[in-house]
Amino acid sequence: MDSQLVSEFHSIVGDVGLVTAREELRTYECDGLTLFRVVPELVLLPSSAEEMQAIVKICHRERIPFVARGSGTGLSGGALPVKGGVVIGVSRMNHILEVDVPNARVVVEPGVTNSAITAAVSAHGYFYAPDPSSQVVCTIAGNVAENSGGAHCFKYGVTTTYILGLEVILSDGSLVRLGGKTMDSPGYDLVGAFVGSEGTFGIVTKITLRIIKKPECTQTLMAAFNSSSEAGAAVSNIIATGMFPAAMEIMDRLALQAAEAAVHPNYPNCPALLLVELDGSAREVELLMEKVGPICTSCGAWELRLAKSEAERIAVWKGRKAAFAAVGRISPNYLVQDGVIPRTALPRILGEIDRLSAEAGLRVANVFHAGDGNLHPLVLYDRRIAGQEQQAMTLAEDILRLCVEAGGSITGEHGIGEEKKHFMPVMFSPADLDAMQRLREAFDPYDLCNPTKMFPGTDAKLQRPIAYEPHPIEKAGLAQRY
Amino acid sequence: MNERQHPIESAWTDLEAIVGREYIWPATLGDVIDEMLPGGVIAPGTAQEVAQVLQYCSSAGVAITPRGGGTKLGLGNRPQKVELVLSTERLNVVIEHAWGDMTATVEAGCTIDKLQHTLEKHGQRLAADPLWPEKATVGGLLATADTGTLRIRYGAVRDLVLGVEVALPDGNLIKAGGKVVKNVAGYDLTRLVIGSLGTLGVITRAVFRLHPIPVATATYSTSLSRTTEATKLVLAILNSQLIYTGLQVRADRTDHIVVDVRFEGIPESLQDAYGKLSKVAGSYTFAESSGDVWKARRELFAKTDNSAICKCSVLPAQIGLLCDAIFRQAQPPEVTTTLVAQGTGVAEVRLDAVRVPSLLEVLNGVRSELNRLDGTLVVQQCPVSIKEALDVWGTSKDALPLMQQIKGKFDPARTLNPGRFVGAI
Repeated sequence: MDSQLVSEFHSIVGDVGLVTAREELRTYECDGLTLFRVVPELVLLPSSAEEMQAIVKICHRERIPFVARGSGTGLSGGALPVKGGVVIGVSRMNHILEVDVPNARVVVEPGVTNSAITAAVSAHGYFYAPDPSSQVVCTIAGNVAENSGGAHCFKYGVTTTYILGLEVILSDGSLVRLGGKTMDSPGYDLVGAFVGSEGTFGIVTKITLRIIKKPECTQTLMAAFNSSSEAGAAVSNIIATGMFPAAMEIMDRLALQAAEAAVHPNYPNCPALLLVELDGSAREVELLMEKVGPICTSCGAWELRLAKSEAERIAVWKGRKAAFAAVGRISPNYLVQDGVIPRTALPRILGEIDRLSAEAGLRVANVFHAGDGNLHPLVLYDRRIAGQEQQAMTLAEDILRLCVEAGGSITGEHGIGEEKKHFMPVMFSPADLDAMQRLREAFDPYDLCNPTKMFPGTDAKLQRPIAYEPHPIEKAGLAQRY
Repeated sequence: MNERQHPIESAWTDLEAIVGREYIWPATLGDVIDEMLPGGVIAPGTAQEVAQVLQYCSSAGVAITPRGGGTKLGLGNRPQKVELVLSTERLNVVIEHAWGDMTATVEAGCTIDKLQHTLEKHGQRLAADPLWPEKATVGGLLATADTGTLRIRYGAVRDLVLGVEVALPDGNLIKAGGKVVKNVAGYDLTRLVIGSLGTLGVITRAVFRLHPIPVATATYSTSLSRTTEATKLVLAILNSQLIYTGLQVRADRTDHIVVDVRFEGIPESLQDAYGKLSKVAGSYTFAESSGDVWKARRELFAKTDNSAICKCSVLPAQIGLLCDAIFRQAQPPEVTTTLVAQGTGVAEVRLDAVRVPSLLEVLNGVRSELNRLDGTLVVQQCPVSIKEALDVWGTSKDALPLMQQIKGKFDPARTLNPGRFVGAI
């Protein structure tokens, strides 16, 4: 990059906010999807909205593309740098600006982590509901960009449900406030449009979000089944009674073995495990939990275990959250997939996945948010065997196609980013994609914000594969995936 | 109407060719919007026909006003043009109730009641209670983002919609979102069109996420005589672990305030909830009341000549201040007022005036007080003369240029509801 430009950036952010050394830039060459790598020209770490705005104004003037980055835990390559572009990290803008407990509002800077919000309000009996598994390190800006979910969004909703106001910088450097602290700001729901736009609309500099009251009581039941299909039937029957559990999760034998090997959660040894979590008033949770057990039994559950203490409950979730990374213990390599199907299609799709898995001669571990129909199939393979990686990728894509054919989605929470952009036409028509592009042009007519992501054909230079490799922060035990 | 040929007259034959002769007819007095008589009403029979009509009108320069049940036609600024009303009445089918998945796919012209009755058969509901469900349609609910008393527990309508199909002025029929509860593929065009008052496209179909119909419901109310007490009580309930599905403040005088709380669930949990409510409420005594109290919002909208209904949005802790501002500005006998506020901080206020000018004065007065609180006021229904003197949406903030950009990308010829939305979009 032109040295005059670099010194111009330097005059904005100083030494501490400027990364130019090759080896340091490599830290930013990928996000949680590690097989795509592009070394950025420059990384800028502004400490305020004013600095951020000054940076973007230069990018706009010079037509330099920029990619916003939180903690880089994304799983679809959304924070992958763009060739010839800069990365703007939000990590130094990490202050909680306002905690308004009576109104259940919190105003934060973009680099605040998801967990830090809950930590700031926990003493008042509140929490921030969306709970991606990387919540200890992932930033709220990243959550806003990806519209992050988590295990409890079946009942509580995803990020977009909780964001009321955003202050953003658009690609021309203008600072715009969308929404507000009160509900229903007049005009188009630009907050709703911005959340989940994967960094292609602008960069957030301030976020106003809602927190909610912790439930009085939470109980988690483990039910052991002989097949995932039986467990899936139990999920449907539980819902048919009119109950609304906080979470329902299924893990199959492979996933259970992996979790057991990694964190010893002491799950029942079974082909499929269902976790059902109920929360609410103590009386109601108790009465409803009495019904959940028999429903599971009638669907074939042969062992029921209720985690009564908070410590037991945390152990159960730890095992669940470890399942992704733990698969690394039972297979040299694996691909993480993220697809969604209507919940009732679960038994059929699981059967199809089994069939595809047998045909390809590759093992598939299944971990899923059963309440939402959000599947996370993990395709196990060995890269050292010639052709197996390609086979695994084909299998993973076949599973995604199954999801779309069943009326579902190619991503429930990981996003499109770099990874799935070539899959968008499988789910959307050219007219659908054109409408999305128009919205993008309205926000970013200069095509500077994360320009090569989300849409097919935007950058032919980057090729697959999409095989999974642990991210450095994962290896360090700071984050897990699910 | 001016003297030159109404653009719709030259378009009539072409429009007939799209929908069939029996589905386009001259407008009558019942079709008037803000004292403007449209040239005609068209009722396409399919979503594709809606898209064709939009495309045709967009290139022919005919303005379209999309209409569902016609219950909220007073919403918005006075349109620049009202030429052709596009009625969704023929698109009224509940296409699928996937009760096992707790989702439903429904056409835009279906009434809320018809949808709810279909869902009831499997013990489910759309957890929203919009105005006039017997007449209001799914499309109208989405276009206006009408918000009711269930919102405090189940979210706004946008939180209950999984996907939409939208006809665009360029003739494309697009879908956004999908049929599944969790989906982050592509931009959230669903949220963009919800609340856009038909200015970007015409919603032809929606997919909702559903909730079970509760086994039992109970409502409790208490009367208070000070606005500060109302704020205190609302905040105490909000700060509790009670699981209520309605929290409402009603006031028609500064010393006559009622707070309503609704619980839903299994009978055992309702008894339990009442006990806890009594503890949270301290010295205020709640007594069981009729579920009719939740119709208070609807009752505000009874039409008279010199009345205005506005939607005010403040923080929950400002509900008392909102009451104060309204009662300070609206002084009987010249202006009387009734307020129904939800615990979310979204309130609806009815003002009845002896003369229209004093109505305008009060609206401006309340709006400037709310703006000082960072709140907003949108006039939802008022005499047309008021619309000439004030912007019903209020002053637009710095996001307006972006909104205009979006409008320009989706409806460059300004075919849809021109002038009616924020910033005269």
